[in-house]
Parts: sequence; C-alpha cells; structure tokens
Amino acid sequence: MSGALLSVQDAVVDLPTPRGNLRAVDHVDLSVGAGRTLGIVGESGCGKTMLSRAILQLLPKKAKLSGRVMFDGQDLPQLSPEKLRKLRGQSLAVVFQDPMTSLNPVLTIGTQLIETIQEHLELDLAEARKRSIELLAAVGIPAPEQRLAQYPHQLSGGMRQRVAIAIALSCEPKLLIADEPTTALDVTIQAQILDLLAREQQRRHMAMIIITHDLGVVAGRTDEVAVMYAGRVVERAPTPALFKQMRMPYTEALLAALPKLDAAPHTPLPAISGRPPDPTRPLKGCSFAPRCRYAAGRCNTEKPALSAAETPEHVYACFHPIETRARVEA
Amino acid sequence: MAFFLAWRLLYLVPVLIAVSVLTFLIASLLPGDLAYVILGDQATPENVAALRHDMGLDQPIWWRYLSWLGHILQGDFGRSFRTGQTVLQAVTERVPVSFELMILAELIGLAIGVPLAIACAAKSGSAFDRFMTGSAFAMLSLPTFLSAILLIFLFAVELRWLPATGYVPFTEDPLANLRFMVLPALTLALAEWPGIMRVLRSDMIAALQEDYIALAKAKGLKPSRILFVHALKPSSLTLVTITGINIGRLIGGTVIVESVFALPGIGRLLVGAIYTRDLIILQGVVLLVAAGFVIVNFIVDLLYAALDPRIRHGHA
Repeated sequence: MSGALLSVQDAVVDLPTPRGNLRAVDHVDLSVGAGRTLGIVGESGCGKTMLSRAILQLLPKKAKLSGRVMFDGQDLPQLSPEKLRKLRGQSLAVVFQDPMTSLNPVLTIGTQLIETIQEHLELDLAEARKRSIELLAAVGIPAPEQRLAQYPHQLSGGMRQRVAIAIALSCEPKLLIADEPTTALDVTIQAQILDLLAREQQRRHMAMIIITHDLGVVAGRTDEVAVMYAGRVVERAPTPALFKQMRMPYTEALLAALPKLDAAPHTPLPAISGRPPDPTRPLKGCSFAPRCRYAAGRCNTEKPALSAAETPEHVYACFHPIETRARVEA
Repeated sequence: MAFFLAWRLLYLVPVLIAVSVLTFLIASLLPGDLAYVILGDQATPENVAALRHDMGLDQPIWWRYLSWLGHILQGDFGRSFRTGQTVLQAVTERVPVSFELMILAELIGLAIGVPLAIACAAKSGSAFDRFMTGSAFAMLSLPTFLSAILLIFLFAVELRWLPATGYVPFTEDPLANLRFMVLPALTLALAEWPGIMRVLRSDMIAALQEDYIALAKAKGLKPSRILFVHALKPSSLTLVTITGINIGRLIGGTVIVESVFALPGIGRLLVGAIYTRDLIILQGVVLLVAAGFVIVNFIVDLLYAALDPRIRHGHA
C-alpha cells in the first residue's frame, strides 16, 4: 500500500456511551491512490461517516481513534493542530451530507469561499474574489458574481451543495471526501451533483472518496468500492470486479434493495430484514449472520477475516461467499 | 427591507395606545383625589369642587383619558402642580443622567459578560467554565441595593478611590462626571453580566455543534476565526435580544441606584413624584419611559434584521 495518497491502517474508533463502549469503526484498512476514486458503501450506522471523520480528524471530543491515517506521507493523528489545519481545506477537503446545515447561515457565499482561499493561498482580496467567481462558474452556478453577495438561504439545496463543492475545490485538494453528497437532495439533482463531482475529479486529477448508502451511486463512478457493515470493511474490490461477482451476501442484499427501473410495477422491494447489530454489544461471530440467509455453523461463533478472491485486490469477509455456495451446499 | 420597517412601525401604534391606557388607568386608580392633594388640609368643599371642575376631574374617566391623550398628541404632557415644571422639561433635564447610566451599565455588563461567555464556550465543561457558570449564578441572586452598598463600602469608604454620591454633568467636566458614574454603572452591570454570559455561552456551545462549524474546521480556518466569526455571529442574535430586555429592565433598575447614589435621573424624578403625589409628573414619566422601552424593542427588531439575513429577507 506504499505510494498510496491516503492509507488507513488498522483504524479503530471507540465512542464511550452511557450504554457502554461503542466501536464505530472496527479495524479498517483502506487506501486510495492519487487521482483514484473509492466508494464506501453501507447502511446507516455502519460507521462510514465516523470513518470519514476519523480521516479528517474531526471526530467528537470523546471518541478515541487508534491506528494510522497516512495522508501524503504524514500520519494525521500525530500532526500538531496547526499542521493539520494547514492541510485541511488545502490538500484534504470535504463535502458534507446536508448543504442546508453545512454552510454558515449568517455569512455570505462569498465570505465562506474567500476565507478558505485566503487562508491557504497567497492571494489578495480581489484575486480571491476572482477565483471564487471562477469556482462558482465551474460548479455550474449561474450568475456567479451576484451569488457572492447572497446568503445560503437564498439558494436551493442543489445550489448550496454546488457552493459546498466549490469551497472544497477552492485550493485544489489532493483528496476530496464526499460524505453522502447527494442524500439530502432531490433525485433529479442527485445525478447532476455526482456528474459534477466526477467531472471535477477527473479534470483536477484529485483522489476522491464517495461515501454513500447507495450502491447505484458508486457503480460506474468509482475505481474501487469498500462495503462496510457494523464498523468493518466486509468486502473490497475494484468496482467492475465487485459488480461482476460480489462475494459477500451483504453486498448482494444491498444491491437487491435498490429499486429497479425495469421491474414490474408494484414489485415489493426486497429490503434487508432485521437491523444492524447493537454496536455496543458486539457479536462473537459474523456481524451480518443474524440477517444473512446463508449463515450456518461457524458464522455465529467465529469472525470471518478478509480473504482474497481470485485477485488480491478483491477481498471479502465471509465463510460462505456467494461463488462457492453451490459447492458448500452440494 | 422598507416593507419590514413600515410593518414594524405600524405595529408600534397599538402597543403605544395600550401603554397609554394602562398608564392613565394606574394613575387614576391611585387612592386620593388630586384636588385634595393640591389644596391641602385647609381646602373647603367649594374650592375642591371648583378645582375639580377646572381640572376636568368631574368628567367621566374615558373623557379625561381622551383629553389627556389629545394634549399629549399636541406635545403637552401636563405640568407639575408643585414645581410648575412641565413633564417634558423635567424629563429632558434628567434623561441624559439616566441614559448615560444605562449605557455605561450595559457596556460594562457586555464587556464582562461577552468575553467570559466566549471563553467558557470554547472550553465548555472545563473547571474554568464550571467556576464561571457558578459565579454567574451567584451574582444573579445578589440584589442591586446590596451590591450598591458593598461597592460603596469597598471603593468609596475603604479604598477612597471614587465618590459615593453626587453628580457633575458630562458637558461640564467629563472626567469628574465619569468618576461619579462608575460606581452606579458598575452596580447595575453586576446584575447584567451573568444573564449576558449565560445566554451567550449556551448559544455558542450549541452553535459549535453545528455542521457549519465542522465544515469551518475542515476548511482549515484558524480557531479564532471559527470562534469569533462562525460561532459568535449566529449566536449574537440572542445577545441583541437580551441587551434590549436588559435596557428595559435597567430603566426600572435606575430607580434604586439613582436613589442610593443621589443621581438626578429619571428614577429619582419618579420616586420624588410618588412621594409628593405629583400624579401629572408620574403618569407622564411612566408613559414616556414605557414608550422608550417599546422603541428600544423596535430597535432590537431592526438589529435582528441587520444581523440575520434570513429575517431581512422574510424567511424567518
């Protein structure tokens, strides 16, 4: 994994709660190369947002992170607050889920863009202003010059997310983390925002992590996908390989839960029954076993480790992976 | 914006009418006939009846109210029957004293409360935060007359730094004026800063949990900018509210402080009018003070709009 822009090694995030320790992220290994895209997929509460906050060093005060987060040759948890500050916004940028709450309601769009630019780049106000207008135009905002004087509430949700993306792109980051960038938006806007992110990612040759609960979002837009469940990465593969042959029953179930355009009307959506396990009460065996229709025998007593499929890039954590099931059942 | 302003101004009219009705009723319901008060013990029933007729006291109450209101609309608030001074003269003479006192008190209160609130919010849950929150609570329960006496004892009697009582107009000698004003203003401020600090502190702690603060951190902004711009500005709305309410409360607070420190302000005028049963002065002053309070609130509303673009654009 050397040479990767970002490499998360054995990351564990523990949150103390009144009900006991909550392990939000459980021994996660990930890496993203320069200019590459990684999708992190999982349902609510699987730890994907906590993982992104751990990468950004924006975990809640009480949370404890162990493991390494190597970014551009530096271990982020070891950096001084001042060095970390210089890195954030400059080479490590983020777009949050909800553009309604992630922009400051009492500061103009211009202020929020220009302050980022002036913090990291040696530009005077006029130059920073000019750059802001270019950025707004680049993310597809009409009349960018007038927008600078406007406040977030004067813009639609989709426009606000474009502004958030413009802020994230403002200092040419090496890595952009998009944490559910389209979840809070109308379906019609979602594709536009995703296409915008993909276009800017390629144009600027930056690495990108898209965090989503929607396998459909990462299909065709990422180089690699990591599927998370109960704080762990349960399957990781190059995107084409994953969609060609997924091994983990959870990945399969996630894909099955997507609505399909070619399905007959009134076809019931095959939701994943049950709920994720209580993260304060870790299971002894596979976390997905209680909801898995293939679970048997040691699934309930032993945690499957990540093991390689036919290529070393494709790993999964399952005793009864989909491809071999026929043989097991025979 | 113009529409917002016009609407808020229109809103003042019924409020001011209600204030005038209440003021008039309270003054009219006070026991004791004004004619007896003016004429004293030696009054004959004929003299009393003649004076009552002259003053319109034999008219029904609604008639008296309307004629009082009519005079006020022409700028005539009445005249003290003791000093012969008109209400407006008496008030304009004393307003600068009370006004200066209130402004100084509020400024000192803000100067103590705001930095403490920011420091506590930045280090919420720390020993410093808990100590300051506790101290603020203790200060809230200290009554003004007590803190006035304690301050006089400390700064005037023991240390002899400042005079205990007296007044010099600002225009005559600004420095001497401030020397006389410091203790009364500090007395009022001691009751002001705990409220300011507690409200702003909890607002800022809430603001610091917001997504936009997380984004501000992710943007790599300096901690000072996050604290003073991104968290303080959205939190300053309640600060404006509480400052407005405080100024209203200070109008009442000056009554005690002006009496203790012998300052010739509105508060002293009011107390004097009550002692001498000078009802004309009393009802005129109460009306003007109440109107002042309403106008302060109007200004607070305007400040909201200046601070929060969502209100300015009618999104509330």
